[in-house]
Amino acid sequence: MNDTDTMLDIKNLTIHYEAEGGTVHAVEGLNLTLGRGESLGFVGETGAGKTTTALGIMRLIPNPPGKIKSGEIIFNGENLLSKSESEMRKIRGAKIAMIFQDPMTSLNPVITVDKQIAEMISLHKNVSKSEALKLAGDMLELVGIRRERMHDYPHQFSGGMKQRVVIAIALACDPELLIADEPTTALDVTIQAQVLELMKELKQKFSASMILITHDLGIVADICDKVAIMYAGRVVEYADKRSLYTNPVHPYTRGLFRSVPDIEEDVDELPVIPGLMPDPVNLPSGCAFHPRCSMAVDECRNSRPKMIEAEEGHFAACPVCVKKFMNGEALS
Amino acid sequence: MSGAYIRVENLKKYFATKRGMLHAVDDVSFEIKKGETLGLVGESGCGKSTLGRCLIRLLDSTSGKVLLKNNDDDGYFDITKASAHEMKVLRKRVQIVFQDPYSCLNPRLSVWELIAEPLIVNNIYGNKNEMRKHIRSLMDTVGLAERLENSYPHELDGGRRQRIGIARSLALNPEFIVLDEPVSALDVCIQAQILNLLNSLQKEFKYTYVFISHNLSVVRHVSDRIAVMYLGQIVELAEYKDLFKTPLHPYTQALLSAIPLAKLDVKRERIILEGDVPSPIEPPNACRFAGRCRYAEDICRNTPPALREILPGHFAACHHAKENINQ
Repeated sequence: MNDTDTMLDIKNLTIHYEAEGGTVHAVEGLNLTLGRGESLGFVGETGAGKTTTALGIMRLIPNPPGKIKSGEIIFNGENLLSKSESEMRKIRGAKIAMIFQDPMTSLNPVITVDKQIAEMISLHKNVSKSEALKLAGDMLELVGIRRERMHDYPHQFSGGMKQRVVIAIALACDPELLIADEPTTALDVTIQAQVLELMKELKQKFSASMILITHDLGIVADICDKVAIMYAGRVVEYADKRSLYTNPVHPYTRGLFRSVPDIEEDVDELPVIPGLMPDPVNLPSGCAFHPRCSMAVDECRNSRPKMIEAEEGHFAACPVCVKKFMNGEALS
Repeated sequence: MSGAYIRVENLKKYFATKRGMLHAVDDVSFEIKKGETLGLVGESGCGKSTLGRCLIRLLDSTSGKVLLKNNDDDGYFDITKASAHEMKVLRKRVQIVFQDPYSCLNPRLSVWELIAEPLIVNNIYGNKNEMRKHIRSLMDTVGLAERLENSYPHELDGGRRQRIGIARSLALNPEFIVLDEPVSALDVCIQAQILNLLNSLQKEFKYTYVFISHNLSVVRHVSDRIAVMYLGQIVELAEYKDLFKTPLHPYTQALLSAIPLAKLDVKRERIILEGDVPSPIEPPNACRFAGRCRYAEDICRNTPPALREILPGHFAACHHAKENINQ
């Protein structure tokens, strides 16, 4: 991939939170690239550092207690970490927009939805107030809400409709990158299906790149091109969706796939990954996954694994499994 | 069917609101067999938790019966009519595990005290040593290490907290346990651990479960039979395999098609339902799904369909269920 195609390039990003009990290593030396027009699924369990990474890209890490310790976030060739706060404000919303998980709390309950959308438009575009309100109405229609309802308050909408409003706000300024943090987790399955369908449609229409944060491998299969699996503050596997779903390499990824009950096959007992996510204050040495891994060897305990290419464009941070995979051996 | 362990007959639970009667559970009848797991699925607000609570009388029903089979004869005992004293005795037989392991445990009690609480309240042991033995064995059963007995809930992760909730419900040797979204607040890896635990406990102690969840793949994994609820009513009830293979109710079909699958190249028709679930306040006397149904006809808007046996053991409440068999 040449440089013009790369929209976002995160290099060695480390974000810590200073807590009473010690330093929380939320994101630890994370590397990630995103091409223009691509959508990346960012998968991991609670506490893996997915949301922190997203907030890092937006430079919204609460400081204190959080702090971006090191690394670079190159967006369109410029390092976001060296931008001033006022430069950042011009990027947020206009170039990079975010959809938060909970539509019930990300909307202002005492302002009508048209004004909330218009606020975003007025901030970034040179338009009159009435023009902004008209555009807000257009955005609402675009996400499938009738224009008559533009003067309603958030509580007059259902959960799925509220999330549509949030999407309308995020897309109002035609951003190049959309970060969606668990956009459908708070919604019921049939409503989730509606919202995902809408997001797919709009992504096409706006030709925006997207980072979709989720813990649901099913949603990723539905709408993403690339997948990054995150564990304990690091990306442990990164690949094209097809490559990752056909040949998951990292033991954590394989464990994750197996622990989801299948809707077609009967199993008596679900295969589980033993143990728990490590304490981010006190990460294990070497590979953070080694205490839970059945394939761990001495090397895993001592040195931190680098991302190795297992097949074209498919990287995994596990030398043991990558070697096995490349030799054509079965990964248990 | 005779020999059912629990028989629910025309159960209704209405809540009075400012805008009218909210029909949370509206005329529901079904049976639960001894030792089976009945899955109860539906989206938020469909009344599945209310139904679960009415089953063990954490809520008083508006009308209808919940008949629990007596242990010593073939008769049934109506839980909805039990006196306070009778209910206290019954509580040893019927238990519940709640959804949120963060809010259902008293933060000021240690793990030990939390598990001891039901034993103390019911005066099970006069002898402290016996109680100690029992609590140790309960902790062992649910997979809590002995060293955790003096920990407080906030020191533990969600999975361990849920194990405490399970230990509390097992403390009195119940027969019947309502599991109200027991894994919804947990990550998939921990979820798998808890599902395995519930499964092995059922095998060992022959519990009867009602498993409430909005997650269809989880429900499929644990259930023998599954009931699908929509707006306070059961719209379909069948063996889990039949329900997934030949869903007869259009709502079930849409629900199944909406599950995001962690697989590529699965060909299936995605049925996207329009609109939202209508309000459960004063619902119309018709098929409640008609407004969102792609097969709806005049009869659906005028006559409420009854839950009928369409195929052996496979019930659906849809005027068009028979035609749906081959679709």
